[in-house]
Amino acid sequence: MKRALRTLVAAGTVAALAAGCSLSGTTGNDAQAPATVTLVTHDSWLAPQEVLDAFERQSGIKISVLKQGDAGALTNKLVLTKANPIGDVAYGVDSTFASRALTEGVFEQYTSPEADRGPQRYSVDPEHRLSAVDLGDVCVNVDTRYFAEKGIPEPKSFADLADAKYKDLMVAESPATSSPGLAFLLGTVAQFGEQGWQAYWSQLKANGLKTVSGWEEAYTKEFSGSSGKGPRPIVVSYASSPAAELGDDGKPRTKALLDTCYRQVEYAGVLAGGKQVEKARKVVDFLLSQQFQVTVAANMYVYPARQGVELPQGWAQAAPLPQQPKTLEPAKIQAGREQWIAQWRTLLEG
Amino acid sequence: MLPLGFLVVFFAWPVAAIIGRGFGSGGVGTAIGDPLTWKLAGFTVASAGVSTIVAVLAGLPVAFLLARVRLPGVSLVRTLVLVPFVLPTVVVGLAFRALWPDGGLLPLVLANAFFNVAVVARTVSGLWSHLDPRTVDAARALGASPWRAFRSVTLPALGPAIASSAAVVFLFCATSFGVVLILGGSKFRTLETEIYLRTVDLLDLSGAAALSLVQFAAVVAALVVGALARRRRENAVRLRSRSETARRPRGGEWWAVSAGLAVIALLMTPIVALLLESVSTSDGWSLAGYEALAGQGSRGALQVSGWDAASMSLRTAFDATLLAMIVGVLASVVLVALRRTPGRLARGMGETMDAALMLPLGVSAVTVGFGYLVTLDALPGDLRTSPLLVPLAQALVIIPLIVRMVLPVLRSVDVRLRQAASTLGASPGRVWREIDLPLTARSLVAAAGFGYVVALGEFGATSFLARPDAPTLPVAVATLISRPGELNNQMAYAACALLMIVTVVAVVLIDRFGAVRGQNSVGEF
Repeated sequence: MKRALRTLVAAGTVAALAAGCSLSGTTGNDAQAPATVTLVTHDSWLAPQEVLDAFERQSGIKISVLKQGDAGALTNKLVLTKANPIGDVAYGVDSTFASRALTEGVFEQYTSPEADRGPQRYSVDPEHRLSAVDLGDVCVNVDTRYFAEKGIPEPKSFADLADAKYKDLMVAESPATSSPGLAFLLGTVAQFGEQGWQAYWSQLKANGLKTVSGWEEAYTKEFSGSSGKGPRPIVVSYASSPAAELGDDGKPRTKALLDTCYRQVEYAGVLAGGKQVEKARKVVDFLLSQQFQVTVAANMYVYPARQGVELPQGWAQAAPLPQQPKTLEPAKIQAGREQWIAQWRTLLEG
Repeated sequence: MLPLGFLVVFFAWPVAAIIGRGFGSGGVGTAIGDPLTWKLAGFTVASAGVSTIVAVLAGLPVAFLLARVRLPGVSLVRTLVLVPFVLPTVVVGLAFRALWPDGGLLPLVLANAFFNVAVVARTVSGLWSHLDPRTVDAARALGASPWRAFRSVTLPALGPAIASSAAVVFLFCATSFGVVLILGGSKFRTLETEIYLRTVDLLDLSGAAALSLVQFAAVVAALVVGALARRRRENAVRLRSRSETARRPRGGEWWAVSAGLAVIALLMTPIVALLLESVSTSDGWSLAGYEALAGQGSRGALQVSGWDAASMSLRTAFDATLLAMIVGVLASVVLVALRRTPGRLARGMGETMDAALMLPLGVSAVTVGFGYLVTLDALPGDLRTSPLLVPLAQALVIIPLIVRMVLPVLRSVDVRLRQAASTLGASPGRVWREIDLPLTARSLVAAAGFGYVVALGEFGATSFLARPDAPTLPVAVATLISRPGELNNQMAYAACALLMIVTVVAVVLIDRFGAVRGQNSVGEF
């Protein structure tokens, strides 16, 4: 027993020693510091510090951000820790994984007064445990210069991509290892139905589709419209990607095909079993507020869920919001996801 | 007690908890019986085996260069060979992808070897430079050809170091994640990528647990092989200092020198490509990426500036090294004491503990990371959300390396010296301070340096645990490269270059500092 105690003390000393170095300046907040609410989110989280500071001044709540991988990893970590959540509020569970989080009882009921400004259009849950914060559309992007130079018309639809005119020109991500890859697969399921999507992918494969494991390779190494100047002019990316590819003349060099989009909605909710429910609700309100919503496009390349929020300059031309994206019911995704991925693997890599 | 306690709390408990959950939900047996599992295991072992062979073959001439050759520039080689070891996997993956656009098996194997040549070169040269060259001279005098002398005199003496470093390289290759994902796509899958997939994307914990157990078995097998090879070296060789053994190469030795230099040139190819990429834009050469390091990337891709990430890297690596040195050195001391204690029990305990200390290298980072989530809330202060997790996890990764480097040197300290001191009335602490410490100081510095460099480049566990307001350089690189926009891309490569520079500076400083102190030291894995 004494030994165990000594070990503990020693471990504590080591921990304290280590704390002295990498944490200098961040520890030792006194009682006057604002209450801290922990926001668990995904890796793409990005918000301007001024906006967070303004919220802190106005509400007395300091948001401490904890990133936990992509939307899938985030959801799974919330499920694993639901007995003793690692934070008070979570943002970033998307429509692909919402069912899992709701079935597992990760979130508790809360209807934000801000939700009637648009977000509830994307509601997935009659109990209002999740509030929509933003939406992102995964669409096929093309390098417009390539098609202009070759004198080939740009493809427009899913069907065009299987046309022999576009042989060996497209690169897509694997749905097993990439979130845009999964969204594109779901888009084809929504378009061609559970019976028809495999036939479509067989056509894509026959037409020289290349698949890679992640967005980074597809976009920065394979795609000809990005800085990497890869060989292929057609890539699965986001509706907002062209906004980052402006030429010297300020005009976009790439374009999203708006008829090939699949919509993912990202939600926020109060974690069940959290210690500061009231303050967590305030944070959800903040995420839905005008002051936060106006930042999401420029920082996270997604579209605000709130109505009437202005998009950054240039987006109207380079990255307009797709009007009729494909969607699937969360419950349907939950039921089919694993099976579709397995079938996709057999089909494309088998 | 402290090293074991550390391993139990920050390694065994989280891993057991997450695997236990897999068992709880059932289906582990089915997953183990699944032929796919064994196909994955076979591919993992085979590809890691080939990578290890490539790394050893490439590492040996470099080791020769470092150990036996007195030529200008050798110390530069010693530094350069470490650079690949710290590069973020995603960037190296993309660099290899640029050379082999279709990915596949060859680049996958080569990339894994690329990372690990340093382990072989530095470990083997550590021993080689201290071997007495007169045994080779004697063989030559008796008429052996240089090749024959190498094969029958040098190689057997180096055997333990080669086998031991090969075991470590095998562990690194068998558990490498990013490289396999990028270069193998979802076509070539290993146990590690499948564990990641099942845990992170599918929440199939029982499947992941089954695969973890298989991986665990493979790792233990590799460790046993490594331990057997190390045991053969009990009858210690007479050690010489490098200054006595290095000389200008002559005759056929130039072939080995050329081979070593060729390996270095090959290792530098992707690195030069990265440097070039960091200064080229769609309209010509530019330093925009480097200038951008002062900021947060285009549209604030990072929450802090590139320089802040660099300073964060330096500080966390320092903490991790400090922590790992405390745990690793204490563990080594205990291991040496156990070995000197008579009786089979003590010896068995020593060997078990020795192997247990290596296990963190062979267990999936995702298993450890998810394990933290379900266990560490039981500790005071809820460590799950603490920034301390990053140095703790990095320490876990480097402790095995430190033990492997410190242990053989501690063992080589003559017991009679310590006994004499004790007889004269010195306390155990005093003995350590007056005998062990001075004799091993240089190796301790070298081990700390190596650990520091590895912690600087550590990505797997760090990316899992780092907070957005405190990313390390490798994490910042990964963030930047996952956002569109030419500036972010360039900044990512510039940050990579910065990571290389920081590494080179750290290695040079440590080698300089280490070289001043005593000469009689061996580093070994």
